[in-house]
Amino acid sequence: MHDKIREFIFENFLFNAEGSALDNDASFLETGIIDSTGMLELVNWIQETCGFEVDDTELVPENLDSVNRLAIYIARKTQTEPQASG
Amino acid sequence: MCGIAGITGGNLAVGQEALKSMLSMLRHRGPDDFGLYSDGRAALGHTRLSIIDLEGGRQPMSNEDGSVWISFNGEIFNYIELKDELARKGHRFSTNSDTEVIIHLYEELGDGCVTRLNGQFAFAIWDKNRSELFIARDRLGIRPLFYSSHAGRFYFASEIKALFAGGPLPREIDPAALNEIFTLWCSVPPRTAFKGINELPPAHWMKIKDGAIASVERYWDVPLGEETRDMSIEEAADGLFDILSDSTRLQLRADVPVGAYLSGGLDSSVTAALITKISGAGPHTFSVAFEDRAYDESGFQHEMARHLGTEHHEIRCSYSDISGVFPEVVWYAEKPVLRTAPAPLFILSRLVRETGLKVVLTGEGADEAAGGYDIFKEAKIREFWAREPESRLRPLLLKKLYPYLSAFQGQSDAYREAFFNGGLSDVSDPLFSHRPRWQTTSRLKAFFSKDLLAECTPGPEERLKMLMPPGFGSWRALARAQYIETASLLPGYILSSQGDRVLMGNSVEGRYPFLDHRVVEYCARLPLRHKMRGLDEKHVLKRMAHGMLPASILKRTKQPYLAPDSKSFFAGGKSPDYVEELLSEGSLKDSGYFDPVSVGLLVKKCRRGAASGFRDNMALVGILSTQLLHEMFIAGFENRAVAGRDAGLRAPAAAAS
Repeated sequence: MHDKIREFIFENFLFNAEGSALDNDASFLETGIIDSTGMLELVNWIQETCGFEVDDTELVPENLDSVNRLAIYIARKTQTEPQASG
Repeated sequence: MCGIAGITGGNLAVGQEALKSMLSMLRHRGPDDFGLYSDGRAALGHTRLSIIDLEGGRQPMSNEDGSVWISFNGEIFNYIELKDELARKGHRFSTNSDTEVIIHLYEELGDGCVTRLNGQFAFAIWDKNRSELFIARDRLGIRPLFYSSHAGRFYFASEIKALFAGGPLPREIDPAALNEIFTLWCSVPPRTAFKGINELPPAHWMKIKDGAIASVERYWDVPLGEETRDMSIEEAADGLFDILSDSTRLQLRADVPVGAYLSGGLDSSVTAALITKISGAGPHTFSVAFEDRAYDESGFQHEMARHLGTEHHEIRCSYSDISGVFPEVVWYAEKPVLRTAPAPLFILSRLVRETGLKVVLTGEGADEAAGGYDIFKEAKIREFWAREPESRLRPLLLKKLYPYLSAFQGQSDAYREAFFNGGLSDVSDPLFSHRPRWQTTSRLKAFFSKDLLAECTPGPEERLKMLMPPGFGSWRALARAQYIETASLLPGYILSSQGDRVLMGNSVEGRYPFLDHRVVEYCARLPLRHKMRGLDEKHVLKRMAHGMLPASILKRTKQPYLAPDSKSFFAGGKSPDYVEELLSEGSLKDSGYFDPVSVGLLVKKCRRGAASGFRDNMALVGILSTQLLHEMFIAGFENRAVAGRDAGLRAPAAAAS
């Protein structure tokens, strides 16, 4: 899942192919990777890719604001084993 | 409205050919006539759009003994009153033009003449006795004036393309300007998009002797920070009505018919209503309607036109209309733009011209003067929140921002809070109000090439801060935000890329009653609570307009003027050839400003219709316009200059001296 998330972030928000340039714990918001409207794009992608609805109450930085947080959130929602990655 | 150009310094015996080349690039600004003056030490040129004194106003124009010569672009709205005053002092006039008033006022007051002028102007006066060139620009920066020095000569012109056509000036896009534009939306004057080409900042004059700049001075500033505290809203609204009515009355002065733009919003509706009241009849009105309903305001436009009984004209703008004229827009704007919004306005001014009019009044400037922009609300909310940063209720006000942006409204409270929380602890930062916007825009620099990034030193914001007046840091958030908008985005984008340049591209003059300096000064001193009451923007203007406009216009939610951005270039997955060419890997490598891989991914995203938010759209438009600028002004300029010379000066023979 980490690779999938990273690929999406690189192609749609970072617009580059330098996979090593993004720390998995880096905040999308603080680093400006995702702007104030890009979060909706991210939510659409999650819903289309992972096959579940993102509830409004789950739209919080704790779930969505880094590659690791996102991976853990998706894993929890799809009931797979969550793993953080450096 | 007109185009001006000139050269001084060195021996100008052969300067007339260079001057003609310069004028040939300014014919759109003045297709009715042209003129040249040269005495070997200075050469002045002029292309004329005849609006006042159609017969007698030819330029360059001189005083009685030929010792003072002027080339003038603009309008002096109080010229009748000034002429009477000067005549009483013994000055003799041979025309009924506003141009001649400036000459005599200069004779009377020297550089102080500018402080008496009510108008929108850029002019150059050659004072033979002093052997001195005096150039000046209006207070708000409505009319442009560019200059450059090279090999002992000083060149000036209304547009940069004229400087490039007339002088042996190097043509190179300035990386520092790109850094500023991709942060602040505009460069900080005197810097322009081109190295070595400067603009005279608004409200400044300059003296040039022997081809070198001798002195520069600012002669006016917006008196924000001088808030009057004890004025009732009724007094404020009555005073605004009086001064705005007088400004509109003066700006209706013309020897040709005058029309008005109608956006469907408050400001242009007030302007059109005042014109109708003063002139006793509805003017011709002009609007942009969009095929994309997300941007369309035609319902409100039609309602206002019916209310005033105007003869209404509109363009219905499609995606391909925008992409079709975009290269022309960049040619006239002479700088990268981050939005397509200037394109429909370019098409609209063409309609004005085709209708037979050459002057329109617009509502521009009201948002800056009366406190209408959402960024002002944003600043007020963040300032309020910063006083109780732990409050759970105060950040809920953020929901009130940007009601017309579905993506913004769709995001969660937690994300909205997290985004605007940045910089909250530094409410005393003089640039507090604009930091979030600039931070968002700065992200576009991720597309810059490594070489360009290496030249981008930090600090566009700090450079802008240097222009802020003494005491600025102690002003309240709303006043500071108003000043920043008025000093930077208004002249640097609104009045240039969306104003003078796109209007003059079709030989149409825009006039702005809200930008009469008396209106600007009056609004600047109003109590801030009357400009924004709670979060009700332009409260005093709405109070003034009560009874003048239909309630639906008066009470509608403000919607800023926007146009479709990336969609315009990829509608239906197809792009115009120039888009494919300029965004190709080869073109991007050749020009060297952007990283081809990053741009390739962005283009792919835009092509599949997935561009989202400001970032993607601004990046696409900014990159494309920069590529166009390079193609037209750096790589292919000679061809355009030759075409301009060939087609340029076929007008009636001018009065040369």
